[in-house]
Amino acid sequence: MDDILDSLSLIERTVVPYLHKSLNEIIEKSGLDKTSVLRALSFLENKKILILKSEQKNIVDIGVNGIHYKKNHLPERNLLFVIENNDRKTIQEIRAESKMSDNEFKVALGTLKNKALIELKEGKIWLIGKKEEISKRFPEELFLEKLPMNIDELDEYEKKVLKDLSSRRDILEIHQEKIITFELTEIGKKIAGKIVSTDLIEELTPEMIKNGIGNKKFRKYDLTAKVPKINGGSTHYVNQAIEYATKIWTDMGFKEISGSMTETSFWNFDVLFTPQDHPAREMQDTFFIKNVLGKLPEKSLVDSIKKVHEKGIDGSNGWGYKWAEEEAKKVLLRTHTTCLSARALTQLKKENFPAKLFAIGKAFRNETLDWSHLFEFYQTEGIVVDKNVNLTQLLGYLKEFYKKMGFEKIRFRPSYFPYTEPSVEIEIFHPERQKWLELGGAGIFRPEVTEPLIGKEYKVLAWGQGFERIILDYYKIKDLRNMYSNDIQNLRDTKTWMKT
Amino acid sequence: MANVIFSRKDFESEIKITKEIEEKINLFGTPLESISETEIEIEVFPNRPDIYTLQGYLRAFKAFIGKEKGLKKYLVNKPEKNYIVYVDKSVKEVRPFTACAIVKNMSFTDEDIKELMNAQEKIATTLGRNRKKIGIGIYPLDKINLPITYTAKESKEIKYQPLGMNKEESARDILLLHPTGRKYAHLLEHFGKYPLFLDSSKKILSMPPIINSEETGRITKETKNLFIECTGTEKKAVERALIILATTFADMGGKIYQMEIIDKEKYSTPNMQTQKMKISVENVKKLIGIEITEKQMEELLSRMGHTCKNKIVEIGAWRSDIMHEVDLIEDIAIAYGYDNLIPVLPAISTIGQESKESILKKKIAQLLANIGFNELSTNHLIKKEEIDLYEVKDSIDIVDSKTEYKSLRQNLFISMLRILTENKDVEYPQKVFEIGKVFAKNSQKESGIEENEKLIIGITPSNVTEIKKHLDYFFRKINLEYSIKESSQVNLIDGRTASIIVNGKNIGYFGELHPNCLKKVGMKMPLSITEIYLEEIYKLIN
Repeated sequence: MDDILDSLSLIERTVVPYLHKSLNEIIEKSGLDKTSVLRALSFLENKKILILKSEQKNIVDIGVNGIHYKKNHLPERNLLFVIENNDRKTIQEIRAESKMSDNEFKVALGTLKNKALIELKEGKIWLIGKKEEISKRFPEELFLEKLPMNIDELDEYEKKVLKDLSSRRDILEIHQEKIITFELTEIGKKIAGKIVSTDLIEELTPEMIKNGIGNKKFRKYDLTAKVPKINGGSTHYVNQAIEYATKIWTDMGFKEISGSMTETSFWNFDVLFTPQDHPAREMQDTFFIKNVLGKLPEKSLVDSIKKVHEKGIDGSNGWGYKWAEEEAKKVLLRTHTTCLSARALTQLKKENFPAKLFAIGKAFRNETLDWSHLFEFYQTEGIVVDKNVNLTQLLGYLKEFYKKMGFEKIRFRPSYFPYTEPSVEIEIFHPERQKWLELGGAGIFRPEVTEPLIGKEYKVLAWGQGFERIILDYYKIKDLRNMYSNDIQNLRDTKTWMKT
Repeated sequence: MANVIFSRKDFESEIKITKEIEEKINLFGTPLESISETEIEIEVFPNRPDIYTLQGYLRAFKAFIGKEKGLKKYLVNKPEKNYIVYVDKSVKEVRPFTACAIVKNMSFTDEDIKELMNAQEKIATTLGRNRKKIGIGIYPLDKINLPITYTAKESKEIKYQPLGMNKEESARDILLLHPTGRKYAHLLEHFGKYPLFLDSSKKILSMPPIINSEETGRITKETKNLFIECTGTEKKAVERALIILATTFADMGGKIYQMEIIDKEKYSTPNMQTQKMKISVENVKKLIGIEITEKQMEELLSRMGHTCKNKIVEIGAWRSDIMHEVDLIEDIAIAYGYDNLIPVLPAISTIGQESKESILKKKIAQLLANIGFNELSTNHLIKKEEIDLYEVKDSIDIVDSKTEYKSLRQNLFISMLRILTENKDVEYPQKVFEIGKVFAKNSQKESGIEENEKLIIGITPSNVTEIKKHLDYFFRKINLEYSIKESSQVNLIDGRTASIIVNGKNIGYFGELHPNCLKKVGMKMPLSITEIYLEEIYKLIN
């Protein structure tokens, strides 16, 4: 009980002594306004001291004209005064004397007639009511005095008055009101009426620290109460996931590579043994840049790529078409991060082998946006270069990466890319959707790719998979487009990447 | 990538589809896309046009499941009298190559004809690159007088009734009026001449790769004998398509005859000469990472439709995707089963390293996040309407973008303003930043475009003093000196805009946005920003 009392805030303390009274009385006695009292009561309700009840009620109250009449008498009363002083005058005379509007006069006259206080005889108004009847207050006047009233609680007689007065303009006003009452709980009954000290420490001030607080007590706060939301800074959640993926690769001994997003077709396609009439090289699949022509690298490399396309390498056939430099000079937004790997291969020197490289970078496809397709997306790219690397090792690296990304079940399917052989499609089992999802490709670079870039001795395991798909679920995003909507509130609210 | 649809009934007349077979179809490297009561849809990768037809697929798949292993032999008969196609030199400028064959003893049902047309279309659109590289025509032989001439003539010399039209039309009109003509007109209309197949009575058989004639080009249930032609721009590709068709017809029960092509040289098609390639079991073991014997290797190859003896693999003419030993090794891996491969994490000792650029970028982002900024991540492309709105000069545009994003961004300003405008009803203050690449044309660069990393910071509502406070903080935390020089900039207020100088170089600006600009984009609140090139900063930090 003391616990409860200690935890009461200042306004709660102010109302506690009057809790056994009605709401209106509390307002009156506590000196607080209605809003504060209601707030205090709702706090007390949270502390299980009382139970608030609210009820919708139809209330009849005095209207605009009603207020005026209450002050200056109803027209029938005023008319009665006029007639009292001018008995048996003509209607016209009375009318002039009353100074009323047509309408008011008609209503007032009719009312007095109905009350049998006057009579019309030969065009004149005769006062016929008895003295005490005339001086007695009309039911309408009494009704106005009593307002506001709950319509449901009116007696039969009052209901009739209500009906009469309602037909007259703006004398009454009917509205709905929430009537708030409360009921004390068992604890409430013990507390109600108690005088509690209102002299508790609320906010601690520098003065209190300096001067001490003596015997004063701290008000206990309700720490379960809701508090306002605050916003904080954050790095973009996709970048947080990339940071994590980067760590997985560097932990496995991979070195990060990077490079430009605009690239010549030569590096994006030709060095990757993609024939120049391959469908991916058409405008509908790739973002080509208008009116920009790139440059080709040193002639020896260009010549060897041309030869590979036209005739192949030792022990191979090539595509058997005429390779065109112009086609290779077309500039595009890289369609995959594999061009980073291709460029990196040419920069490796003998002392760099074996080499394990990775990149997480944007790739671009000329695609219409929908829930599962972005025209700009991240790929996680990797290569392993050594004399003796093989397919099962490729699967090993991928399995390890996806395991750390949270996908325990992974499987590999045959696939096809012009630049890898064998080629692999990676699928992860989606625990929530209960199905296998395609992630993208991997494989061992064909000799047609590696020989012109690093020579015959080395083999290259390579992979590049879409990144957004594997983080959708972590962030509970259903539609890929929402990944980069940059809704600022969403950026503030999205959880931090917590995988370790 | 192409999906092929086979009749389930026809498929099951050879192989009953069970759960196990469904899984085998996937493991064969042909993902099963869907299966219904009547149809089975399979994805076929573009290196395997030989399995676009049901017959081709079943040939390969039966070997894979061990039903009919090894290289399948086809009997191809030598050309009979008049089985000749004369190639006139006039086609060399237009559509230089053809490969033709004759098939006898066929019997078609309506289903067969439909399936055949589908397969033909599939090959012509994928391998044939929408008929550009390869077009295919099939004719009832009995309506044709051999030998045949492949030639090219001017439009005015060409008049015939195309399939599906009820009167003779000129070549021009066929390209203008016939639905197939309109679809493929772009393949021919820029030439002065159009290719034609004529029979010995000078009757026009077709204008490849557009449309056959009604008279000699309609296959019906009554058709027994066929003339098949493939035309195109690459000899190898054209011959390959013919081989795929010929084997399909042979599997349907037809008898295949070669035709003699009399071009600059004489040769016969289809040429079913098998390819022979050496294979080393050592290379197989090394590349896949499995232990197998030569015998096992031979067995695995036979399940991919090859025959291997004494380390020499004999490969069907239809498998021209086999270009190198590695292609055979992949076949072996597929036959071995990707599901049987055990992933191994090897101990290749290397030192992991994040790039310096990534580390610095991350540190800058963290520094700003720590003082309450939210990082944005926007596209590198911006919208056409933004190019117009901000009057961007020398925009770097995309050819035929399918999205509303049409140009590469040259600053981060436009994207940030778009995002802030979209968020104008989100709780203020808003403090955002982005680090990203911007693009500029530069003919010195290999791609003709240079890319530079930039940082943009925006605070709204805020004035220029507020942004300068943050700029001060930023440079203090990265321990670099900077100075400022009053400048002016489009969309910013004069007298509240300055350049940022680091190490004597102008690396960016800060300032308060002009209300005209804010109104133009639909912003409600004052905004101050700073945009900085990071390259100089990266250089100075280390």
